[in-house]
Amino acid sequence: MDISNELAVRMYKNMFTIRTFEEEVITLFRNGFIPGWVHSYIGQEAVATGACFAIENEDFIFSTHRGHGHCISKGADLKKMMAELFAKTTGYCKGKGGSMHICDPSSGILGVNGIVGGGIPIATGTGFACKYLKTKRVCLVFFGDGASNQGSFHESINLASLWNLPVVYICENNLYGNTVSQKRHQNIENIADRAKAYNIPGVISDGMDVFDVYQKVSNAVDRARNGDGPTLVEAKTYRYMGHYDGDPQVYRTEEEIDSWKKRDCIQKLEGYLFEKFILDEEQIISIQKKIRTEIGEAIEFAKSSPEPIEKSALEDIFV
Amino acid sequence: MRRITYKQAIKEAIREEMLNDEKVFIFGEDVAVHGGAFFVTTDLLTEFGPERVLDTPISEVAIVGLANGSSIMGLRPIAEIMFNDFLCVGMDQVVNQMAKMRYMSGGQLTLPLVIRTAMGAGLSAAAQHSQCLEALFMHIPGIKIIVPSTPYDAKGLLKSAIRDNNPVMFFEHVLLYPVEGEVPEDEYTIPLGQADIKRKGNDVTIVAIGLMVQKALSAAEKLENESIEVEIIDPRSLSPLDFETVLKSVKKTKRVVIAYSGSKTNGSGTEIAARLSEEGLQYLKKPVFRVAAKDAPIPFAPKLEKFVIPQEKDIYDAVINILK
Repeated sequence: MDISNELAVRMYKNMFTIRTFEEEVITLFRNGFIPGWVHSYIGQEAVATGACFAIENEDFIFSTHRGHGHCISKGADLKKMMAELFAKTTGYCKGKGGSMHICDPSSGILGVNGIVGGGIPIATGTGFACKYLKTKRVCLVFFGDGASNQGSFHESINLASLWNLPVVYICENNLYGNTVSQKRHQNIENIADRAKAYNIPGVISDGMDVFDVYQKVSNAVDRARNGDGPTLVEAKTYRYMGHYDGDPQVYRTEEEIDSWKKRDCIQKLEGYLFEKFILDEEQIISIQKKIRTEIGEAIEFAKSSPEPIEKSALEDIFV
Repeated sequence: MRRITYKQAIKEAIREEMLNDEKVFIFGEDVAVHGGAFFVTTDLLTEFGPERVLDTPISEVAIVGLANGSSIMGLRPIAEIMFNDFLCVGMDQVVNQMAKMRYMSGGQLTLPLVIRTAMGAGLSAAAQHSQCLEALFMHIPGIKIIVPSTPYDAKGLLKSAIRDNNPVMFFEHVLLYPVEGEVPEDEYTIPLGQADIKRKGNDVTIVAIGLMVQKALSAAEKLENESIEVEIIDPRSLSPLDFETVLKSVKKTKRVVIAYSGSKTNGSGTEIAARLSEEGLQYLKKPVFRVAAKDAPIPFAPKLEKFVIPQEKDIYDAVINILK
């Protein structure tokens, strides 16, 4: 599959946006601007980018507690995202959802879930609706290695396979379910192997390589769109930060983290862009500056937005 | 007026709404070819085809997830959960997802779905196929809870539930399925959230839920022989709860018996009792009395089961005692 220069640049911009956004979020969280918890996506940018760039605007995604990267990649507005993290009325969910529940139906983001594996059955239902309504739309659902041990994973993929639903199940295997390493939570190495049990394709992708993710997910999306049913794509990846910000990370070593950082997805793509003379250093700096400005504006927007009024807590429960 | 069973009334509601709106579809364990564990959905597969009447795997998480994920796309799913006990298998999708998806999204998502489920003891089905669990879900904001007691109510309320733009859980007591009642041929609906006065009287108010309405009606006839006139209030909808109708009756009778078929502790009637203690204590001449199942799992042996679940005589005795 050929990756056009234009697409490669867009992927770079997206991955750099995610990383910068997440770096800023950590600082803002530590400085008390963001309540609750934050789960950083840093390190996994290639997965969200490669997968979401393989679908169209009118397609759907479901995401997880580590979901900022997916939302940015699917076209969420940075200002409304940041305002939601700040618990402001101008946020996507008027401050009722927060980091773990960003929702933007207008860009196809139908839900971000705080329950591990909780979005998988819902995405399956949305895939059913895409088919029932005779659309050509498809639905991607992101989840981690931890979620692959939930019953919701099994029940959903069994049903999607049985009914040939246009859903792509994307397992981001970052090697840890919360704080427990994959070796200590399942007796398999490749989660994609589980696809065999449902008689669907199981594909392994290099989650540190955005082109590889893009290609593998594109193939799965084509299958789904053509009515050939679901695919399980496992992206092997790694989160550089803890499970949540503040995680003491006693369960892994600096050496392990450093070994993955050497395969950093953004540096890899930057190298490609230089090597192919697609962008020079000046252009890269200019892109980075523009993204930083945009995120700075999102932060200013969030800071200056009003807090919700108390009575709004009792709204939006029913239609 | 013609008389049909509760089961036929439910099927009519489903059929009419499927004819009205192509976005309505029904699915669950055994609902299509078999016609449902209690044969509520018999023949719907033949009439509407396999795209709209679907047998699912035995996967309650996926069943409720299917309802959640398809409803936010504008479909109007009706999920059948064979016994309400099995909802516990799919609890995350009900409690953490269905009830909260609209709220967490700041009102961006709409979930026009119905979960129909059978409940109740009386068939010697033992502890995992006999519970009345409506109270568990009353505790969760974001779900409408309907417990119909007659064929007329079942049809009118189910049609409204299917048309409603919120998640609605519809609890059908298994002993009500064969019960007959008057149901007009012409189309009608009953708004969700309105209690119904099933019998008028001045002496004691009986707030009865689901099957207990039928038992209260029988008890009322016997009490009439003793010159006691009870007023029977059927909330029909537990969430939202039409408490005004209850309070109005209690202001008149000053005595109240609350009858529900689930376990007594924290049961659906307990909330009504709590509301009365907050808002109606000044009208009461006697403490609120609850008639409910004893706090035990439902036993298998018919003799034991009968002992645990509330009977018509319990309502009768409660009324006699509260008038002493």
